[in-house]
Amino acid sequence: MDNSQPQHTNKQYEEELRDLRADLVKMGGLVERQIADAVDSLVDRDSNQAREIISRDAEVNRMDVQIDDHCIRLLALHQPAASDLRFITTGLKITTDLERIGDNAVNICERGIELNEEPILKPYIDIPRMAEIAQEMLKASIDAFVNDDVDLAQSVIERDDEVDQLNYQIYRELLSYMAEDPQTIGRATKILFVSKYLERIADHATNIAEMVVYMVQGRNVRHQVKQ
Amino acid sequence: MADKMTVRHLNAYFGALHAIKDVTLSVAENKVTAIIGPSGCGKSTLVRCLNRMHEVIPGARAEGEVALDGVNIYGPGVDPVQVRRSIGMVFQKPAPFPTMSIEDNVAAGLTLNGLAPSRQEKARVVERSLRQAALWEEVKDSLRQAGTSLSGGQQQRLCVARALAVEPEVLLMDEPCSALDPISTARIEELLLELKSNYTIAIVTHNMQQAARCSDYTAFMFQGTLIEFGETNQIFTNPARRETEDYITGRFG
Repeated sequence: MDNSQPQHTNKQYEEELRDLRADLVKMGGLVERQIADAVDSLVDRDSNQAREIISRDAEVNRMDVQIDDHCIRLLALHQPAASDLRFITTGLKITTDLERIGDNAVNICERGIELNEEPILKPYIDIPRMAEIAQEMLKASIDAFVNDDVDLAQSVIERDDEVDQLNYQIYRELLSYMAEDPQTIGRATKILFVSKYLERIADHATNIAEMVVYMVQGRNVRHQVKQ
Repeated sequence: MADKMTVRHLNAYFGALHAIKDVTLSVAENKVTAIIGPSGCGKSTLVRCLNRMHEVIPGARAEGEVALDGVNIYGPGVDPVQVRRSIGMVFQKPAPFPTMSIEDNVAAGLTLNGLAPSRQEKARVVERSLRQAALWEEVKDSLRQAGTSLSGGQQQRLCVARALAVEPEVLLMDEPCSALDPISTARIEELLLELKSNYTIAIVTHNMQQAARCSDYTAFMFQGTLIEFGETNQIFTNPARRETEDYITGRFG
């Protein structure tokens, strides 16, 4: 739904589409904060904060269901077409990505709590960097969604490789720890998981960005599908 | 895709009113082409120009070319009655001939075209046409009853059968479902899909979902101009023109 377009004749429909957009933005913001806080709790070794973040995931899930219901209601009652159809189906898909990102933030907290029960393996350097990029990607993908900004969405898609690189770098580093001292295997594996969760978050942000391209241009760029 | 009909630089007028402005489009063979647009956009006029029904209105005239299999139906020496036989039409309100039985309604086209079919010939045409219009099973035991005794949806299928009886090549439908309930509408839509393997169909509809459901190509008209013409899927998911977008998403003032 292009912001610059004239309004719908049906004012209620117009309002419902606006509410859906606002809800998606709100959910995006909520999830963004979940990632930031999850990584903070990991770096600060703060299990209390981690537990609080986990409890906040219920709100993410609630919004996922609410947005889903809203999209289905709009499809059923208004038979949307063209840009409205692309907007609503995009909403339906990106709410799932946002919900999964929320789950990944929970997983980071869970591993953090487990890691806090053991001595610190190494200071986190690459993980916060990776988290920062993943967060930036998510924020940019949501901004691209709000502003119908294909260029911004494209930049998110291109950044995915950066995160994949960092993930591989972390893997190699941890592998060397584990090879040197089997005592570190438990902790290193958990950090490896965290790295994987962040890599997944970046993938979900990429999915959102790809959907934004579809929403704005009607062009499918997922899986390098050429049209 | 083979073009059954081609329209080139068509202009149509009602007296001084310029109702169709330089429309060029093709109607693909064995496909359903839908014409959509707001009231007064010229979609009915356009479809009436396709079988020279427009000119029967006093003061109405059309200019340009409309070709059926490459032959201009507005060319010199072309008999409009013959044109209307090749290009049949079904209207908005089902209107069987009120004094005629079901079978006589179907056979009316033959009689009106000056043919005098034998009894067997007539029976054969009536059955074929009613079967093609998916009405045969419902009326085969009451062929002598009045056409008007049928339900609205059945009457409309009777009108389709009447149009098919003269074996046209193209079937034009001007909002054939606007007076029908959803079930009857669904039957007509199903019928469209069956008929298109043998006929070329152009349908005018106010119901955009109907165009989306049963057409292969969609033409969007606005203020007498053809704004966009393309594959139905493309028109409804990603129209190229802003006017089309605004119309199908309900953003028309």
